[in-house]
Amino acid sequence: MTMEKRSSAFEYAPAPESRSIVDIAPSYGLFIDGEFTEAADGKVFKTVSPSTEEVLSEVAEAGEADVDRAVKAARRAFEKWSALPGAERAKYLFRIARIIQERSRELAVLETLDNGKPIRETRDADLPLVAAHFFYYAGWADKLGHAGFGADPRPLGVAGQVIPWNFPLLMLAWKIAPALATGNTVVLKPAETTPLSALFFADVCRQAGLPGGVVNIVTGDGRAGAALVAHPDVNKVAFTGSTAVGKEIARTVAGTRKKLTLELGGKGANIVFDDAPIDQAVEGIVNGIFFNQGQVCCAGSRLLVQESVQDELLDALKRRLSTLRLGDPLDKNTDIGAINSAEQLARITALADQGEAEGAERWSPACEIPSAGYWFAPTLFTNVTQAHTIARDEIFGPVLSVLTFRTPDEAVAKANNTPYGLSAGVWTEKGSRILAVANRLRAGVIWSNTFNKFDPTSPFGGYKESGFGREGGRHGLEAYLDV
Amino acid sequence: MPTTAPPAHALSDVTASDGTLRRFLHGLPGVDAVGLEARAASLGTRSIKTTAKAYAIDLAISMVDLTTLEGADTPGKVRALGAKAVRPDPTDRTAPATAAVCVYPDMVATAREAVAGSGVKVASVATAFPAGRAPIAVKLADVREAVSAGADEIDMVIDRGAFLAGNYLKVYEEIVAVKEACGTSARLKVIFETGELSTYDNIRRASWLGMLAGADFIKTSTGKVAVNATPANTLLMLEAVRDFRAQTGVQVGVKPAGGIRTSKDAIKFLVLVNETAGEDWLDNHWFRFGASSLLNDLLMQRQKLATGRYSGPDYVTVD
Amino acid sequence: MSDRLNVLKTYKLYVGGKFPRSESGRVYEVTDSKNRWLANAPLSSRKDARDAVVAARKAFGGWSGATAYNRGQILYRVAEMLEGRRDQYVREVAEAEGLSKSKAAEQVDAAIDRWVWYAGWTDKIAQVVGGGNPVAGPYFNLSSPEPTGVVAVLAPQESSFLGLVSVVAPVIATGNTAVVVASEESPLPALSLGEVLATSDLPGGVVNILSGRTAEIAAPLAAHQDVNAIDLAGADEALARELEIAAADNLKRVLRPQPVDDWSATPGTDRMTAFLETKTVWHPTGSLGASGSAY
Repeated sequence: MTMEKRSSAFEYAPAPESRSIVDIAPSYGLFIDGEFTEAADGKVFKTVSPSTEEVLSEVAEAGEADVDRAVKAARRAFEKWSALPGAERAKYLFRIARIIQERSRELAVLETLDNGKPIRETRDADLPLVAAHFFYYAGWADKLGHAGFGADPRPLGVAGQVIPWNFPLLMLAWKIAPALATGNTVVLKPAETTPLSALFFADVCRQAGLPGGVVNIVTGDGRAGAALVAHPDVNKVAFTGSTAVGKEIARTVAGTRKKLTLELGGKGANIVFDDAPIDQAVEGIVNGIFFNQGQVCCAGSRLLVQESVQDELLDALKRRLSTLRLGDPLDKNTDIGAINSAEQLARITALADQGEAEGAERWSPACEIPSAGYWFAPTLFTNVTQAHTIARDEIFGPVLSVLTFRTPDEAVAKANNTPYGLSAGVWTEKGSRILAVANRLRAGVIWSNTFNKFDPTSPFGGYKESGFGREGGRHGLEAYLDV
Repeated sequence: MPTTAPPAHALSDVTASDGTLRRFLHGLPGVDAVGLEARAASLGTRSIKTTAKAYAIDLAISMVDLTTLEGADTPGKVRALGAKAVRPDPTDRTAPATAAVCVYPDMVATAREAVAGSGVKVASVATAFPAGRAPIAVKLADVREAVSAGADEIDMVIDRGAFLAGNYLKVYEEIVAVKEACGTSARLKVIFETGELSTYDNIRRASWLGMLAGADFIKTSTGKVAVNATPANTLLMLEAVRDFRAQTGVQVGVKPAGGIRTSKDAIKFLVLVNETAGEDWLDNHWFRFGASSLLNDLLMQRQKLATGRYSGPDYVTVD
Repeated sequence: MSDRLNVLKTYKLYVGGKFPRSESGRVYEVTDSKNRWLANAPLSSRKDARDAVVAARKAFGGWSGATAYNRGQILYRVAEMLEGRRDQYVREVAEAEGLSKSKAAEQVDAAIDRWVWYAGWTDKIAQVVGGGNPVAGPYFNLSSPEPTGVVAVLAPQESSFLGLVSVVAPVIATGNTAVVVASEESPLPALSLGEVLATSDLPGGVVNILSGRTAEIAAPLAAHQDVNAIDLAGADEALARELEIAAADNLKRVLRPQPVDDWSATPGTDRMTAFLETKTVWHPTGSLGASGSAY
């Protein structure tokens, strides 16, 4: 028999995740001292879905007075929270982890709506990692004396935490879980474009019975973040975001006793040697730069490929990019979702245009861009050299710059030739070369024969201008202890 | 030296000697097991719904090599299988026929009769299936018998012992000889028994070895060992046929066999085909499922899509 | 009193394994606690600071790439060399800090022992602060400490020798290289330390020692884009804040000044970990075969 062939043989029908699982209120207040409250001056801002530009909700915009109120609430809560036996703090965190697992589908849909990233990622990466992070640090709360920071390390006090929009709930988990486990209380400011999952997390805290003031969420823009960082009664500042803002924060806390950790930008090199497992390398490259639309600080945004396999690799890579499915982030088959904001889209567009203007060769697979929302097609630049802007500046988008090298020495020299030092990838079947290259790369996370893997037990953080301090693992406790 | 000239393509000189063949096979890119399995698992999360699902189920039915390979096979059993291959769902004439029935060589004539005039092919395992531990003359006789009895397709097993001992040219020459025995009328499927080759590097090498020797299909397994077709080993073989065509222009089919029992599994394999080798392979000339119980599950799913009700085993035929 | 006139030492900087005068050609007068002239010390300029950074950067690859065992051997050799010149340092410390001979001897002995303490740490710190991480997947995952790079060290102002050794040894024990600004008022023991380091198999450039006005030398170091970290031990509150702000330009790791009552107390690991990065390497473990079990 013969099958009737379609124009495109196997078109996947839409497979949208149900939006009705999440109930977004028309407005949200600040979460201070266990209560939702309006901003002192009554200001609000809108948060939109990047894939449709639909307004999802209206959120209170915190000013200095609100930040002060939140810090005071956290300070009041600190005395009891820090005096609680570690085992009791642990149980609160275990509760939170469990509730997140229970509500993970709802939270995944919410995150996809507010951020624009594919449901495949929020469902399979963000949410499982969020729950795992709380689970991991829950277990530390009553074991701090065994962590290598002395017999009885003390919490710092009030932690002021400012997080980005690329992994809203995951970055919240990375900040709040270790802070609470060590006995600190928290004022957290989510990113302006993605406030909702943090506000839902406030509800998780309510369900977990967490005492008021232990976690406070102040939504707002950069001014709220600046006020939090500068607040004199904050003992610890943790920031994830751009290197420029990170430097500003470092200046703000200079001369104070505030402990600071920064997790900033990157320009990760993904190094592919001629003896690499090529099909897996292609997957790693794709995962490295197109995961979360490339809006990842540790993205493998520079592909360094050995010249002798360049053609073969690029052919395979282009073929693979042609299978990426861009579109509705709620569709379970979507690989590439929306860019988080118009502002970010403009930045990506400008840098890509500059790459073209500087003579790099631009390529994107054929793909249909939706009419509403913020979108950028997966993009590959070849003929890129170290001198190109797109080889040096963090683009924070689905744009890969391809450079070549001839020898391992050259690969390492080029990989390290950046003020950043967050991540790098190495692909080769030769074990000794992996170890030799990993040893010489100046970056905090090295993925060999894999990329963009995360785990709560694994310390994460950068060298050089990618920031300092580590999140995750035993190392991640240090940022919140008086050591 | 090969007993017959290998196919004329860009890679014909790699089989000139044991040394060149070994260097070629060992020069193929390595396979990272974790990365391969992660990719296969990730493709397994594709959500195939409604119209796509209906299309995929019919496509999968049309790709089944409906198989019986038991010591207890009888002409009656084979005739029943043939009838089912031709008309899988007696209640619904729109259900497509399967691609082939697959039987032992001594059942080929019976099978031939059972599917006569339907377009359903007769495939026969041969070469001392499943172990392949017989003298070459016996293996070739096995093949010739099956072909002369009317087999359209021969599913041979490679000499895994020779492969694991590193005698690649011996394996190659045996495939070339079997191919010759198939003549022009029968297509050759080469079974690697991936569960015995054990490593993904070996499976990639075997795939290229088989294709160099003239395989029309490369096939995972006999269904007779502990681990048969898996998404990962099938993905790897799909990469191999894709790359082989890119280098030589020759298209080779893929047949995962053994262990695929549900529609959900079958659809996952079709997603692998679609996103790895591409739509050129989404046709029963280029992709097959070696299976038996899979067919009933596909039929039940097909009934569910048509009626909106879940079906049950009493509404499909026992084999 | 003998009639013989002492031969005085000309104190020089220690940069890149050599003993240059200050590029500025200038010196300043160093006196003892009773304001008696002891020597003229080089008044380092910002160009001296720059040269020292270049030397430290050049030495970093070799020193950080040396085996931990080798670094331990060399640090221990420093202790051996100091022991041999103990009397000289006792005199210099007594003069510099106005201490009795016995008090100065305590300081020098503690400084020598401190080198021994850190010599022993070089090949242990990675085991204490690094290790495998049990990630939830088929991956081998290992975190190891690595030296941050070039570290500017403002040595403590009061404790001219023990304080100095206490801040320099932990920096280089782990593979960093250092540009050290000696105590402004009491730089002579620090400058003399260069002579010991130069004869202890320590590669040139691993430690570079500058004397002069702390604030003047520290400013270009804090702003230098090729300096990775700064220890502000020798800065007062106002200077420390100013330097910390400058250090933010390339996100230097900053160790803020902390009050130290007693430099002879056993140090912990903090001064080492302050200048260590954690590198985490992932690698798939996978299965032994495609046939299922990994075991």
